[in-house]
Amino acid sequence: MIYHVSYIALFFFVVFVGMVLGLSFYFARRTKSASSYYAAGGQIHWVVNGIAFAGDYLSAASFLGICGMIATFGFDGFLYSIGFLAGWIVALFLIAEPLKRLGKYTFTDALNSTFKSRAITLTAAISTLIVSVFYLIPQMVGAGDLVTPLLGFPHWVGVVLVGIVVIFIVASAGMTSTTYVQFIKGGLLLILSAVLSFYIFKNGLSLQPDHEGQTYHKFITVDPIVVNGKVISAARWNVLSQQEVKGINFVKLEKDGIERWFELAKKGPGYELKEALSVSVAGNGTKLYNGEPREKATFFQVGHMSRIIVNGREVSKTGPLGPFEFLSVIGKSEIVRFSEVKLLDGNDKVSVYYQNKTSGKDFMLPGLKYKIGKDASIWSKLDFISLMLALFLGTAALPHILIRYYTVKSQRDARKSTILAIAAIGLFYVLTLFMGLGAAVNGVLDVESSNMAAPLLAKAFGVVLFSIISAVAFATILGTVAGLIIASSGAIAHDLLDNYFKMDLSDGKKVRAGKISAFVVGIVAIILGITFKGMNVSFLVGWAFAIAASANLPAILFLLFWKKTTAKGIACSIVTGIVASLGVILTSPTMWDRYGLDPANALHHLDNPAIVSFPLSLAVVYLVSILTQKDQKVQTEQLKTYL
Amino acid sequence: MHYESAVETGVDHASKKKARLGVLLFFLYLFFYAGFVVIGVFNYELLSREAGGGMNLALIYGMGLIFFAVLMGILYNYLCSGFEDNMNEKEPTS
Repeated sequence: MIYHVSYIALFFFVVFVGMVLGLSFYFARRTKSASSYYAAGGQIHWVVNGIAFAGDYLSAASFLGICGMIATFGFDGFLYSIGFLAGWIVALFLIAEPLKRLGKYTFTDALNSTFKSRAITLTAAISTLIVSVFYLIPQMVGAGDLVTPLLGFPHWVGVVLVGIVVIFIVASAGMTSTTYVQFIKGGLLLILSAVLSFYIFKNGLSLQPDHEGQTYHKFITVDPIVVNGKVISAARWNVLSQQEVKGINFVKLEKDGIERWFELAKKGPGYELKEALSVSVAGNGTKLYNGEPREKATFFQVGHMSRIIVNGREVSKTGPLGPFEFLSVIGKSEIVRFSEVKLLDGNDKVSVYYQNKTSGKDFMLPGLKYKIGKDASIWSKLDFISLMLALFLGTAALPHILIRYYTVKSQRDARKSTILAIAAIGLFYVLTLFMGLGAAVNGVLDVESSNMAAPLLAKAFGVVLFSIISAVAFATILGTVAGLIIASSGAIAHDLLDNYFKMDLSDGKKVRAGKISAFVVGIVAIILGITFKGMNVSFLVGWAFAIAASANLPAILFLLFWKKTTAKGIACSIVTGIVASLGVILTSPTMWDRYGLDPANALHHLDNPAIVSFPLSLAVVYLVSILTQKDQKVQTEQLKTYL
Repeated sequence: MHYESAVETGVDHASKKKARLGVLLFFLYLFFYAGFVVIGVFNYELLSREAGGGMNLALIYGMGLIFFAVLMGILYNYLCSGFEDNMNEKEPTS
C-alpha cells in the first residue's frame, strides 16, 4: 500500500512522543532505589494503576490486531476479545491477592518466596524472558505497520524507532514512568475508541462507502469468451495466462502495457471476470502493485458490502444505526472480503486478493479462520479449543501484567485496580467488535496488513481523528514494550545475576544491570519485529499467551492451592511448559509458511499449542512433586503459613 | 538472598474465605466460558440461531461473557471488602 505523509499526523505524533519522553524524565529524577525502579515503590493510586493495567493490556494486539482480525475474519477476531477478557477472571479470582502476599519485584520472587530454590529462580527467569520476547514481537510488528501510513516510512524504520525510544524510556526511568504513560494512553484509547464507534454508527452502512477526500474504488468486470473453462478473449484486454488455485481460476489480462489479475467467476449460464488486487514480486526483486510501481498509487483500499438488508428489504444505504441494529443489519446482509491466494506466474511470485462474497450470517459466526462447523477437521476443532484455553489461562501468567500487582499499597487496592481494569478492558473489547466490523465495510482495509484496520478507518472519518488515534496507538506500543522490557530486565538483572549467580549487586549496580539488560532485550525485539512483518499481531500474541499459560500458570496454581507442591515440581513444570509450547509453535503450519515450506506438510496442524502444553505441564508439576516429597518437608511447612 | 515485600503487609484473617470465594466464582465463570467453546465445537448450528435483537447466539453469548466478567468482578470486590471489614480489626495494610 502506498501512503502519503500526513503533516497533521506527524505533528500529533511528535507531540505525543515528546510528552511520553517528558514524563519519563520527570519521574526519572524521582527514581532512586531499586524498589522504585522495578515496582514504582508500591506507591501508585489504585485508579491510576487500574487504568494503567488496562493500558498495559490493551496493547497493539488489542487495538490493531483484534480490530484487524474482525475486519478480515469477522467473529473469529472477536474470539480474542472474549478470551483476553475472560483471562482476567483467572487473574482476579485465583492469582491476584495470594501472589501479592508472596512477591516482591518479579514473578520469580513470588514463586520462590516459599522455596528459595535456585532451580526455580533460573527456570522462572528464563520463562519470563521467553514470554516477554514473544509478546514483544507483535508489538514491534504493529509499530512497523503503524508508521507506514503515519510517516510514510518503510516497516523496519517503525520497528527501529520504537525500539530506540523505548530503550531510552526504560533506561532513564523504570516502572513509575511507564505506569503514568500507560495510564494516559489507556484512558485515551478508551475515549478514542468510543468516538470512532460513534462515527461508525452515525455513518451507517452503504454499498458505496465513499468518504470525504477518499472515493471508494469502482470494481470492474469484464465479459470473457470461455471455451472448456479456458478464457479465450476478454473484450479489449489481452489474455496472458490462466491458472487454478484452490478450485478458483485466476486470469492475467493486459491493457495499455499494464498487467492485472482477475477472478473467473460464474454468472448465470456464462462467466464474468472480476477485478482482483495483486502484488507481484519478479525474480529480480521488482515489486508491482496491480501491475504498476508502488508510486503510481493504484493499489486501493478495500472492504465493502454487496447487499444491505434492512427489515427484509434490500437498500443501498442505511441512515445512522444504533449499536445492536448495526450488528443485526450486518448479520442479515452480505459482505465482500478480500481473500489472498499465492501463485507462481513464470518467475514472479504473485499474491492475488480476490473478492470473496461472504454472507453476514457466516461473518458473524466463528468459522472463517477457526473452522469448527460440521465439516471441520478434528485438527481445526482442537486448534479452536487450544486458542480459547490459551487466552483464558494466559493473562494471569503474563510476567508484565503480574508485576503491576506490586505497584499499589494494599491487597484491597490491587483488587480494586484489577476490577477497574476489567471494566475498562471489557468496554474496549465490545468496541473492538464495532471498530472491526466498521473497518470491514467502510472500504478502508489494506490487504497487505490487517493490523491497520482501526487507524485506517479513523482516517476515513477525518485526518485529525486518524492522527490522534495513530499517535495513541504508537504510545500504546511504546508503553507496552517498555513494560515488557522492564519485566525482562528484571528477570536478567534481579533473578539471574543477583539471585541465581549470587553476584550480590548493590542497589545502584542492580539498576545499572537492569538498564543494560533492557538495551539487549530491546535490540533482540527490533530484529524479531522485522522478521515477523505482515503477520496479524493478535495471532502472535496468542502464542505469548500459550507459552505463559503453559510455563507459568501450572506452577503458580499448584504453589497457591496444593500444599504438597515441591520446588523441583515447579521447576520441571516450567521447563516442560516452555519446551512443549515452543516445540508445537516451531513445528506449526504457520511457522512452516515462515520457513518458506508448504504449511500442508507441517508436522502437525495445530497453530495454537496450549491444548498439548498446558495439560503436560500440569501433569509434570503434579508427578514430580509426588516423587520429590521427601526432599521438601521443610518447605511445605513454610508454605502452610502462607495459605 | 534477602526477600522482603515491596509493601509491608499485615495479617489478613479473611484470606482463606476470600480464596474460597475466588475459586467458587472462577469455576462459575469457567462453566459459562467452557459452555461457549463446547457449543462451538459440538453444536455449531446453535450459535447461528437468532437469540434476540436480531443478533445470533454467538454475538449475545460472546458479549454476555464480557459483561458477566465485569459483573462478577464487582460482586467479588464487594464481598471481599465485607469479609475484610468483618474479620480484620483494621485494614491489613494502611
